[in-house]
Amino acid sequence: MSFFMEVLLGGLLAGVMYSLVAIGFVLIYKASGVFNFAQGSMVLFAALTFVSLLERGLPFWLSFVISLLSMLLLALLLERLVLRHLVNRPPITLFMATLGLSYVVEGVAQALWGAQVHGLDLGIEDTPLELGGLMLSRFDLFAAASAGLLVLLLSLLFNKTRIGLSLRAVADDQLAALAVGIRLQRMWVLVWAVAGLVGLVAGLLWGARLGVQFSLSLIVLKALPVLIIGGFTSIGGAIVGGLIVGASEKLAEVYLGPLLSGGIENWFPYVLALLFLLLRPAGLFGERAIERV
Amino acid sequence: MKNHLHTLKGAVVLALGLAAASATAQAGGEQYFPLQSYRVGPYAAGGTGFFGGFIDYLQYVNIKEGGVNGVKLSWSECETEYVVEKGVECYERLKKGLNGAPAAATNPLSVGIAYATLERSTADKLPLITINHGRTDSTDGSVFPYVFPLQLNPYSEVSAIINYIGQKSGGLAKLKGKKIAVLYHGSPYGKETNPILELLSKKYGFQLVSLEVPHPGNEQQSQWLTIRQQKPDWVILRGWGVMNPVALKTAQKTGYPADHIIGNIWSNSEEDAAPAGAAAKGFISITTHPSGTQFPVLQGIKKTVLDAGKGNLADAKRFGTVYYNLGVVNGILNVEAVRLAQAKFGKKPLTGEQVRWGFEHLHFDDKRLKEVGALGLLQPLQLSCADHEGGGAVRFQQWDGQQWKVISPWVQADRKLLRPIIEDSSHKYAKEKGITPRDCSKES
Repeated sequence: MSFFMEVLLGGLLAGVMYSLVAIGFVLIYKASGVFNFAQGSMVLFAALTFVSLLERGLPFWLSFVISLLSMLLLALLLERLVLRHLVNRPPITLFMATLGLSYVVEGVAQALWGAQVHGLDLGIEDTPLELGGLMLSRFDLFAAASAGLLVLLLSLLFNKTRIGLSLRAVADDQLAALAVGIRLQRMWVLVWAVAGLVGLVAGLLWGARLGVQFSLSLIVLKALPVLIIGGFTSIGGAIVGGLIVGASEKLAEVYLGPLLSGGIENWFPYVLALLFLLLRPAGLFGERAIERV
Repeated sequence: MKNHLHTLKGAVVLALGLAAASATAQAGGEQYFPLQSYRVGPYAAGGTGFFGGFIDYLQYVNIKEGGVNGVKLSWSECETEYVVEKGVECYERLKKGLNGAPAAATNPLSVGIAYATLERSTADKLPLITINHGRTDSTDGSVFPYVFPLQLNPYSEVSAIINYIGQKSGGLAKLKGKKIAVLYHGSPYGKETNPILELLSKKYGFQLVSLEVPHPGNEQQSQWLTIRQQKPDWVILRGWGVMNPVALKTAQKTGYPADHIIGNIWSNSEEDAAPAGAAAKGFISITTHPSGTQFPVLQGIKKTVLDAGKGNLADAKRFGTVYYNLGVVNGILNVEAVRLAQAKFGKKPLTGEQVRWGFEHLHFDDKRLKEVGALGLLQPLQLSCADHEGGGAVRFQQWDGQQWKVISPWVQADRKLLRPIIEDSSHKYAKEKGITPRDCSKES
């Protein structure tokens, strides 16, 4: 029983890490209806910038601030050079634009910082912690606490500030938001910058786990089933979706894997996501589209 | 005026013609290496190190010796990004040589590209070098005349690891009753050695636990929890890229000791251990060549190439690392093949078919290794028509938190045991493809 619990808890904690990436997608989708395929590259860009600055002798906090500013600059450039010119285009056009952007961002990251693999030590010991007879990872607990704090801050931003109100208005109806004087472009820059912050936090935590290297951008593949299950428009949904994906893939790998010759945890979450698409297309917490026909 | 114009036009045409002829003649006097390199993308760290070392060695030979017997070495790169289709495209683009200089051999450093170009290489009579990797059965040169898994094929790799574990346990007989887990990359590369491990587990009586890690390997919690539950005596890590540091970090997280994890040949670089930080300390891996800069050939490259500002590495700190040194070793083997082939076919640029003969007659004993400044860097090896691997030995190294330290002498694979399995596979391939194997007893 304790082994089952360890697998389950380990999976839930891993799921929180997936949620971190998924939240970046949700933020942009909510505000602009764009499925930002470049989120993984943004995670990579942020983490690579941070670790490269750190390795050049800058203190932790200054590296963090400069990395955050670089994400803001990236958001500004994206809005000016790409998004602004694609207003009112079909969603597939915007999606394809972000697909292209993901390669551009990766290329720029490599041109700026090189292709080398970097270790990243956040100073959190990753030795096992014995809690009630269960062995848990200190680092995963820290990551879960960081994700929780981030969600809390984002909730405050969305629900308790004027900016949040504007963002919600843009998310509900862009035309109506424009009509009441909300500056759409500014909101887009803001939301991409916030997604950049989320990308930076996710990049640091994932980078500390995997090393900062180019396969970091592949973590988007873990976020997709999370989004389908939790819904594309809900931060809470991203958290719940992450927990479901993390727990189910680990349990499936340990208990079903041996029956299916192993290595199933990559595709098992997509089986779950397909089931959700069939039974609940908007996900657990997503907004159902209602259209007059 | 018209005459002047004619004269001028004629002079220009003549000058251009002479220049072109001279360029062709110059290039035609060179031996060309087509490089299907990868310097961008997720595997760029390996590509930049390996091709950096390879190119620096070619430069070193050009500067120090004026090429091989006066034949300058030339090369050009084509970016594959480690993508198979691009690798094939690059092969097709470069195989005919450069400005008249014939291609000596291809060195893609990619299992996927090697598989995809294997038949083309044979048809084009251009050696395909898969140092430390590739198809195991291509060791049988009677069926695969143009493919060379130099130094170490995948079967030898696991056999040598089991022999080392046997040594550590007090003899191979002591393996009986032990439990060994293999954590392998979920790809044909990762799975290739599973049948051999099963064979060895039956032969020596150890219990084998096989665990697959899906590509790219950035999540391994369930595998390592299973390892913790199964409590194996040793874990063999057959990883690639991000899978390696994640394995080490997750092992630490689940309480498995790093000094009982043995990495294979693609889990043995600084890029595999360093990102795992403290979790990698004590991690053991195999190597065919130690890292370090103390070998005379590396000192020569430093003095002649790097200090002259001609080094290929963007980051000079990577000089002497595992990937860089593998590139240098690969350079030594390629250049030696050209040198040997020149002794038979003449001191001139050679065709791929002629260079193949050189590869098949590679012979490095301690004396020759000393002459090229690679004693201790490269293992003694001898190739033949039947044996395109030549070595089959590895040394073991341990990560001390900062760098690798060699901890064992050469440990040999059980090549006698493996040879019939290799031949079974190569003959099956020959039958499928309608190939009549060469009679190696008649080859000179």
